[in-house]
Amino acid sequence: MARITSLLKARETGILLALVLVVIVTTVRNPNFLFSPDGFRDLLLTPSILMLVAVGQAIVIITRNVDLSVGSVLGLSAYLTGRIFIDLPWLPWPTVFLIGIVFGGLLGLINGALVAFAKVPALVITLGTLYAYRGINVLWTGSDRINPSDMPKEFLALGTSSLAGLPWLTVIALVVLVVAGWFMRTQRAGRELYAIGSDPAAANLYGLKVTQRVLAAFVLCGALAGLAGVLYAARYGTVNSQAGSGWELDAVGAAVIGGVAIFGGSGTVWGAAIGAYLLLTINRALPVLGVQDFWQRAVVGVLILGAIVLDRVLAVRASRRLAEARDND
Amino acid sequence: MKFARKARAGAIVAAALSVALVATGCAAGDSGDGGDGGDGGNLSITFLPKNLGNAYFDTSNGGGEEAISEFGGTYAEVGPTEATPDSQVSFINTLTQQGVGAIAVSANDPEAICDALNEARDAGVKVVTFDSDTNPDCRDVFINQATAEGIAKIEVDLIAEQIGGAGEIAILSATANATNQNAWIELMKEELAANYPDITLVEVVYGDDDDQTSFDKTAALLQTYPNLKGIISPTTVGISAAARYLSTSEFKGKVALTGLGTPNQMREYVEDGTVTAFALWNPADLGYLAAYAAKALIEGEITGAEGDTFDAGKLGSYTVGADGVVLLGDPYVFDADNIGDFDF
Repeated sequence: MARITSLLKARETGILLALVLVVIVTTVRNPNFLFSPDGFRDLLLTPSILMLVAVGQAIVIITRNVDLSVGSVLGLSAYLTGRIFIDLPWLPWPTVFLIGIVFGGLLGLINGALVAFAKVPALVITLGTLYAYRGINVLWTGSDRINPSDMPKEFLALGTSSLAGLPWLTVIALVVLVVAGWFMRTQRAGRELYAIGSDPAAANLYGLKVTQRVLAAFVLCGALAGLAGVLYAARYGTVNSQAGSGWELDAVGAAVIGGVAIFGGSGTVWGAAIGAYLLLTINRALPVLGVQDFWQRAVVGVLILGAIVLDRVLAVRASRRLAEARDND
Repeated sequence: MKFARKARAGAIVAAALSVALVATGCAAGDSGDGGDGGDGGNLSITFLPKNLGNAYFDTSNGGGEEAISEFGGTYAEVGPTEATPDSQVSFINTLTQQGVGAIAVSANDPEAICDALNEARDAGVKVVTFDSDTNPDCRDVFINQATAEGIAKIEVDLIAEQIGGAGEIAILSATANATNQNAWIELMKEELAANYPDITLVEVVYGDDDDQTSFDKTAALLQTYPNLKGIISPTTVGISAAARYLSTSEFKGKVALTGLGTPNQMREYVEDGTVTAFALWNPADLGYLAAYAAKALIEGEITGAEGDTFDAGKLGSYTVGADGVVLLGDPYVFDADNIGDFDF
């Protein structure tokens, strides 16, 4: 019974209900949204790439940092993937996944090192690397573009084909999510990330390896953005110098909507993942419902504001309850 | 634009360096050139694209080179690395000093290069613009790749042919405020009303020239209109995203797709049968015609006045229209038979 109550109280449940509601309303208006083969596939497929980025972002936000460079990392990794197919055609194609992850991890390491050692707020550092990485991308890519015909068919097929009804991209994203969720909930290093985000000074005094853990969170976030870049290339087939621009806001938005507190220390990667699904499913549902583009953005804005207000209300209520419990003792 | 500004400093350095290189390189070439200028005109024609390393301009300038070798002139190509508004000015000034016969330029900005071009014309250099025009008083002739009417007509004709002349179609455009897109869409509506009464245009959606948005808008169109027979996407980003969506969906081969695309982006989808045919102008012909127009100007055959006619090799004879505009012709249709001949 206690378990069911805590499940009902969880922030993730509310977001999940909102997602289910959006799907039901849209499906009633247009059954194809869920029941056509394309509709079902797109429902699972479209948010998968953002989900990866949002999971990485959530881990960084939980440590009371933020990584605004994820969109630029994704873009660079996607273009690198295309270049590898053009310049090194003899490499077996699955190696691009490894290269993308390592490359993204290195860019994340730069972010993490600047934040952890230079002691400059992550917001400023990653805003800088957002522009720097994108600038490198523009210089490197120029007006060039990766075309679908530059990439192997099997690789492109991965972007849309399914394994027993589940699109491959969704399978990959779910595996990452489950591993990250397990790690953050049960492993010592994962719990320490929460401790650092709750109170960095206390974590330091307690003897946690703050620098090392924060660095690791940024590397992980970069690596996931790198992996997302590889999958972006597989899904969209066309990569230009602007691939992934603006994704950092979607990723932060997904995490916040999913209940990850922007000041760190609370929230789960599950919430961020559901947030990503909610965000992009609403984006897809509104045109099907015949809603204008402008409202689409406004709805996302309302969602983010709502999530933050809810966060604040819950925090105030929780601290009052704790205070009452203390007074009663 | 934020990013472009960052890249600009690098581009200026690069441009300055390449100007220096070009200046020394071409001065040497020029002295050899003076010897064979016996037939009354200096047929050294330099192509100045928006930027270098752009497959579209590589193709168009290749067409120019072919034409110039046909009539025995001297071909050269210079250009900036970044397509910023003022990046072409230094190249134009250098070419003026070198005294080339003509410059064929695709303008990055209609205003920014005007003064430099007029200085070149005062020094006797003929100026042909192609692909992207300057203000009419800054050049002798403009080679226009296609008119809005021509583009609208070919797209409506292609979709009508592919869906059998009747049924529901939709348009996937770029942004809602793109001037050229909206002009084409209006003309397409007129064309549909006039010639294809059985075709209904059910909706115009905007993919913002963004892959993911265009992708999702295509999905929404297919779900919202189960009887949809075809989609026209007059933007290269839109048509390739729509093609990618269609190629792996249940609607592949059932919903026709056409519009404006480039062969490299569309090759995959033409070969797998998602797309039957799409249109664009042939950039090689555009460069070819620009070279012949430059030759006609240099030899005094035309002055750029309305009604002047000149011969353009394999393309036949052309007449200069109002404002010194020469129209290349109807857009070029790419399909499975000819797409292998193009690389841009």
